[in-house]
Amino acid sequence: MSDNNSTIIAVRDVHKWYGHFHALKGINMEVSKGEVIVIFGPSGSGKSTFIRTINRLEEHQRGEIVVDGIELTHDVRNIETIRTETGMVFQQFNLFPHLTVMQNITLAPIQVRNWSKSQAEETALQLLKRVGIPEQAHKFPGQLSGGQQQRVAIARALAMQPKIMLFDEPTSALDPEMIREVLDVMVELAQSGMTMLVVTHEMGFARAVANRMFFFDQGQIVESGSPEDIFKAPKEERTKLFLSQILSH
Amino acid sequence: MQNSETILPPITERSGPLRWLRHNLFNTWGDALLTVASASLIYWLVKSLLIWAISTAEWDVIVANLRLFLIGQFPLEQVGRLWIALAFLVFLTGNSLAIWDRNSRLAAILILGLPVFLLFLPFAPQTRVWLGVLAATGILGWGLGYTAPQSLKRGVAVGWLIALPVFVLLTHGFTPAVEDVPGTALTVVPTNLWGGLLLTFLLTVVANIFSFPLGLLLALGRRSELSIIRWFSIGYIELVRGVPLITILFMAQLMLPLFVPGGIDIDRVLRAMVGMTLFSAAYLAENVRGGLQAIPKGQFEAAYALGLSGAKTMYFIILPQALRLIIPILVGQFISMFKDTALVAIVGLFDLLGIARTVLSQPEFIGLHREVYAFVSLFYWGLSYAMSYISQRLETSLGLGVR
Repeated sequence: MSDNNSTIIAVRDVHKWYGHFHALKGINMEVSKGEVIVIFGPSGSGKSTFIRTINRLEEHQRGEIVVDGIELTHDVRNIETIRTETGMVFQQFNLFPHLTVMQNITLAPIQVRNWSKSQAEETALQLLKRVGIPEQAHKFPGQLSGGQQQRVAIARALAMQPKIMLFDEPTSALDPEMIREVLDVMVELAQSGMTMLVVTHEMGFARAVANRMFFFDQGQIVESGSPEDIFKAPKEERTKLFLSQILSH
Repeated sequence: MQNSETILPPITERSGPLRWLRHNLFNTWGDALLTVASASLIYWLVKSLLIWAISTAEWDVIVANLRLFLIGQFPLEQVGRLWIALAFLVFLTGNSLAIWDRNSRLAAILILGLPVFLLFLPFAPQTRVWLGVLAATGILGWGLGYTAPQSLKRGVAVGWLIALPVFVLLTHGFTPAVEDVPGTALTVVPTNLWGGLLLTFLLTVVANIFSFPLGLLLALGRRSELSIIRWFSIGYIELVRGVPLITILFMAQLMLPLFVPGGIDIDRVLRAMVGMTLFSAAYLAENVRGGLQAIPKGQFEAAYALGLSGAKTMYFIILPQALRLIIPILVGQFISMFKDTALVAIVGLFDLLGIARTVLSQPEFIGLHREVYAFVSLFYWGLSYAMSYISQRLETSLGLGVR
């Protein structure tokens, strides 16, 4: 990227192995503040693994990852700082089933950011309004629909006031009629200026808000560019093939 | 739209005792045969048992030794302390039932009604006064809990927290006994005089309460990334699980004195408590580990991704879920520990079973094994069942079903 001051994530030559399986083969990526990045590719291509290395849910074995000026190393304090500044939304929601929606959202601000309970609850209620389900605050996750759960998960991540949001296939486990409500929240979030890395196959979402798209295959970035480049004039054969497969029906 | 009048509710079968019998017991010829066979077997068993219990059995042995069975050699003039300790527990129970289980009046009536029921049995006048006190405190506790559940919650929790120390303190006392001087209200009663149900109860409660944190630490230690902690935990768990409890009790009684410096005499009851705690902790650790393994990886990841530390993730996210999952297993272990306390009779302590053996060795009660053991079994069964029942209530009130 041209302007170095605005770079918030810098990934240089990152490799990752699971035993003998080479999952990431030299990934390079720079993300600026406020950018919306969409990562797509066939299953097993390493896109989820990659996004999970950014908050160290997966450890990389070679290369360098710098998030918000802090390099990810074995230093636990660095890892926790980066996780505090990075929100993550999972495919399977991963809400805490024994806590209410409100407790799910306020736990980390109270325990990690040392907010008062009233401050955390006030913020939580605002976030629940933003994702459109303020009336569910005192229910348990098991009482909500999948779409509602994923919106709570987004609110939970946002409650920490992160600088970066990571989305790992956020709509893949949802029924079709619930995908819309989650995507709406994500579009609104993108338009508000949040830096986002999104692993998804929702090409409508990518077309609407992505600044750049990365096509992953077999642990490598095959092609990257603006949505316009990718959709209208993909350079690589593999990108063309994959796009034709997911857009055909 | 379909006409709603055409949609009829499913036909519910008419019920009635005869219909029920035909459906459940005499559905086919085979069923009928089985029903008749088992009914006659049950009839024969119950009939023989009742005939024995009513006509042959000599229950005098129980009546004459009831105090021994309940509290062992505990001095009669200090018994009031035990009643007060018991009244404290009954008060807390009444309170808790009203606060956390207010929909089930049956439990309250059964538990709080017990002292009232006993009041009408022909006990000594003094006993009946104390039973009256128990009944009154229980009902008072229930009433207080029912009228002010929210404001009392924290107080009751604190009450349960100090219940064991209070109970032990009242049982043990603290002013030293001086010979030939009449004791004060809280003169020390040495543990060799503790016995019967009192000792069984204390052994159970102490072993279960102290093995819990120990077992939890061992379970976490077994998953620790520090290999020295992990190997210590694994070594401890596998070593203790490979040895029968009775061996550990013998070691605690006979071998512990070899390790402690001379002059320090560790109380025999305390030795048994320590042995049982250490034994139970190893099993508990494995149960907790089972619960921890049942928690999906995504729960850890979600907590870590929010910036929670490993310890906070365990405390706020993983343990609450894991422990709820294993409540039935934990209660099973508590019950089996309760019954295992009977083993201390073999190392010479006078718990419920130890007292039974002492009673049977007296010349005037020789040959009354059936009565004594039937009585003791009934006690063990009643208390085990009570624990099991409480665990079921606990599971419902903790909302295990909500997921």
